[in-house]
Amino acid sequence: MIDSKTFDPNFKFLIAQEPGGENIKRCFSCGTCTAGCPVREVTNRYNPRRIIRMALLGMKKEVLSSDFIWLCSSCYTCFERCPQDVKIPELMNAIKNIAVREGYLPPSMRSQLNLLASFGRLLEVTDFENDKRRDSGLPLFQRRTEDVKKILSRLGLHREEQDRG
Amino acid sequence: MKNRTEDSPQNTKYSLFLGCTVPVRALNYEISARKVAEKLGLQLSDIPDFSCCGYPIKSIHHYGYLLMAARNLALAEKKRLPLCTLCSACCGSLSEANHEIQQDSGLRRQINRDLSECLGMSYEGEVQVIHFTRILREEIGEKRISQQRRADLSSLYVAPHYGCHYTKPTSIYGKMEDPENPESLDELIEATGAHSIQYEDKLQCCGGGVLAIDEEVALAMSQKKLEHIRAQKADAMVLICPFCNVMYEGNQRKIEKVFQKEYKLPILYYPQLLGLALGIEPDELGMKMNRVKTTDLLKKINRRVD
Repeated sequence: MIDSKTFDPNFKFLIAQEPGGENIKRCFSCGTCTAGCPVREVTNRYNPRRIIRMALLGMKKEVLSSDFIWLCSSCYTCFERCPQDVKIPELMNAIKNIAVREGYLPPSMRSQLNLLASFGRLLEVTDFENDKRRDSGLPLFQRRTEDVKKILSRLGLHREEQDRG
Repeated sequence: MKNRTEDSPQNTKYSLFLGCTVPVRALNYEISARKVAEKLGLQLSDIPDFSCCGYPIKSIHHYGYLLMAARNLALAEKKRLPLCTLCSACCGSLSEANHEIQQDSGLRRQINRDLSECLGMSYEGEVQVIHFTRILREEIGEKRISQQRRADLSSLYVAPHYGCHYTKPTSIYGKMEDPENPESLDELIEATGAHSIQYEDKLQCCGGGVLAIDEEVALAMSQKKLEHIRAQKADAMVLICPFCNVMYEGNQRKIEKVFQKEYKLPILYYPQLLGLALGIEPDELGMKMNRVKTTDLLKKINRRVD
């Protein structure tokens, strides 16, 4: 049973101010998103209609701390079909951006940030990769791109003590 | 946009954006794309400073994603070249960021202030982002491809996998094609002489987007498609995104293990199939790097001697 006394009525306004979250209040819960969702097809844990309804009701903590907001695969099927142009994958990103600011960053996303800061890419290019590239007649690859670390540091997404290697 | 099948291609020079996955995990895609580009008169130039497109941090920090994308776009702009991607997720994320930066002058000023103060760069919003497959379709065209065929692929039946970010969102890409009924990859396959087959849930997402968050969910999504394609007895799946490939080829053994099934479905990048049709040797298309062996499939090809 949900308790309406715990709702935060401002949550939907907070989301609507976030890039990608602008159209959340247009949702009339038709369920088109959920009916065509390929993630929903394999797991009950992800249900966009339910997440949006929870967000509109103001269930801020439940939404932001949940694992389910991270399960959107960004396939844009619902984005194309939504009759209210709620732009659900972008809306999920808006909610995730807020969740990160509130301290809910999944460990796998933290590792991705660290990799980006270290190498400028998600995958490291070592001598092994470059040898393989040379053997295949491909141009050698620059090992790191320091600019990405500069961007992440400027935005407070990376601190020097997080540096690896 | 129209097919340039009669006259010579208009736009032949691009910067090649490889992203994170291609240069490390999809060398066969890169090799075959470069090879067919050369054969068809397209020039792809490398910009060593390109980094990750920014997509992975879109869910963490929207503005940070835009800034990372803008940095890459600025590098291409400096070379005055349209930016060609092999990865559909890179194409989608760079196109979306580009669109946002082009539409909002206030945002563009902010991006440029940060780019300039942080990296001494600027971006005016002049770069066109385009997927390699779109270039093949719009600049080369099916007709020219079929005219240049040097091998007979007519005994091959392959299943096209469009993936998501090649056609969607249409609010960014425009109506290049109907995302609910795309045809470009089918037509490009038919142009090679191979047959493009239909199968259940053809437009289904590979699940790659949730792999880092929940492997079980991602594998279950991929498994469904492998099942549907096997049911049609296809010789191979043909795709155009390295991350879709991570799911269907890189994780195929794992999926077989988890779901107690056997698929052994060869996965080809479209430029590999195209290269075979153009008479390029399989070794020169990186076919040996395909994890699911393509030996049986290659035996079905009749090589024409000119």
